[in-house]
Amino acid sequence: MQLTNRSKVVVKKEMTLMERLYLPAILAGMWITIKHFLRKKATINYPEVKRPIAQVYRGMHVLKRDEKGAERCTACGLCAVACPAEAITMIAEERKAGEENLYREEKYAATYEINMLRCIFCGDCEEACPKEAIFLTDRIVPSEFLRNDFVYGKDKLVESVSQRVDVSVRQTKEVANFKKDNKQQHNINDLKQFFKNALIKH
Amino acid sequence: MESSFIIGKFILAACVFGLSLFVAMYSTYFERKIAAFLQDRLGPNRAGPFGILQPLADGVKMFMKEEITPIVSNKWLFIFGPSLAMLTALMTGAVIPWAPTYVNGDTYFPLQVADINIGVLYLFGVVSIGVYGIMIGGWASNNKYSLMGALRASSQMISYELAMGLSIIALVMMTGTLSVREIASQQIGWHWNVLYQPLACLIFIICAFAETNRAPFDLPECETELVGGYHTEYSSMKLGFYLFAEYINMFISSAVISTLFFGGYNFPLIYNYVTDPFWVSVVGFAVMMSKTLFFIFLFMWVRWTLPRFRYDQLMHLGWKVLIPLSIINIVLTGIGMWLTDKI
Ligand code: SF4
Ligand code: SF4
Repeated sequence: MQLTNRSKVVVKKEMTLMERLYLPAILAGMWITIKHFLRKKATINYPEVKRPIAQVYRGMHVLKRDEKGAERCTACGLCAVACPAEAITMIAEERKAGEENLYREEKYAATYEINMLRCIFCGDCEEACPKEAIFLTDRIVPSEFLRNDFVYGKDKLVESVSQRVDVSVRQTKEVANFKKDNKQQHNINDLKQFFKNALIKH
Repeated sequence: MESSFIIGKFILAACVFGLSLFVAMYSTYFERKIAAFLQDRLGPNRAGPFGILQPLADGVKMFMKEEITPIVSNKWLFIFGPSLAMLTALMTGAVIPWAPTYVNGDTYFPLQVADINIGVLYLFGVVSIGVYGIMIGGWASNNKYSLMGALRASSQMISYELAMGLSIIALVMMTGTLSVREIASQQIGWHWNVLYQPLACLIFIICAFAETNRAPFDLPECETELVGGYHTEYSSMKLGFYLFAEYINMFISSAVISTLFFGGYNFPLIYNYVTDPFWVSVVGFAVMMSKTLFFIFLFMWVRWTLPRFRYDQLMHLGWKVLIPLSIINIVLTGIGMWLTDKI
């Protein structure tokens, strides 16, 4: 029964003598491989040579400190809300008297964890943060043997006072202005969404 | 026979032994390097400069691996298999003339471990014992895949040995000797046998690929169908022995191809410039080694170019193409010799 007229009769072509000898084809194949022998290799010797990456490459996060060395994060949770992968969790705490040099705001993140296996390095957390506290950097998340080791706490995320992580390429004035611009649709939407969620929750 | 002669032979045997092991060791390195280069990669380059210590690292790794002998296997045969494979692989190097005979006045020392007048037959004999190593290993493992691999290896070896032997007959007819040294020394200058027996040479090379179980004839150990073939159950250095034996076989096959068909230690015009007996031997050895290394490269080059044959294609090629071709070659050689009044 013929259902359509699109079917094609396949012919099994008899090979010519030249093809059946195989040798010409083998030599042609060997010529192809030997041409690759001297070609420039595609391999990059990783730890010594690094692949060139964009200036604004989105790699491992850093939690910034301010000029005086106090943590900038105020545990507002906006990054966690913005995160599409739900990779961020935190527990907020109130700053006690005498801790002003440690935390910039009156509320701070007692624990702050990013699950690097969930994270898709989209940078939304960075964009959402009102305190310029979280940034993605060009550092690469190293491989681990255990899943738990990929949950990065504050010990790995907060930059050390002496060794600051430079994020100036991402922290340009334009970016800052864009973030603070409340007329921008994305900010308005985010805020609306945030309050809506907060209302639903309570 | 003087004692110095015997001691010399012992030293030579030890040298050939060491050479085989050394070349096989570095073949594993170059195999990986060449594979990488043909595929636009860099290959091993971490152990030492350019990864030159990689074979040592591999060897240490092999020794440190856990050694597993399956409970259902036949213990003695299980150990005997790889040992036999290794033993026969190392035995073949004995009849190959590595350099021209050292003649200095009265001193006469052939740089060949054993100059037996049936060298070619000896080669064939030892090589065909080599298949027992694979067969015993595959059988003793008590594993279906291993057994399949062993079966394939033995039937493949038997089929290709026939064609190989027949292709050599044409050569033997022409040279009139079975001694490997004679055959090598007859090809002085440009009189390489490949120019007189191109078809035999081609058949011999193809069969050598099949005999050493190298791609495109690596059916006994094809990963896609048989896990690991005859060495599926092997681990640690026993596996290492099998792999090592394969590389030694490759080295010896390359040496045999260069001796029988490509002039061995002969290179045109070279002896017009080199006359000092010591340097004659050294240059001869260098020429022989470079030919051998070229054929090792060819082995690897082919392996990383061609896909594996299907089993029926392999048998078809062996029985219906190569054997008739080599018989035709014998007839042609006979006619040729008759026409040129050699008989
Ligand atoms: S980069 Fe994206 S996915 Fe990763 S933590 Fe930030 S918002 Fe979440
Ligand atoms: S990192 Fe920024 S957005 Fe996230 S909790 Fe801290 S202050 Fe808020």
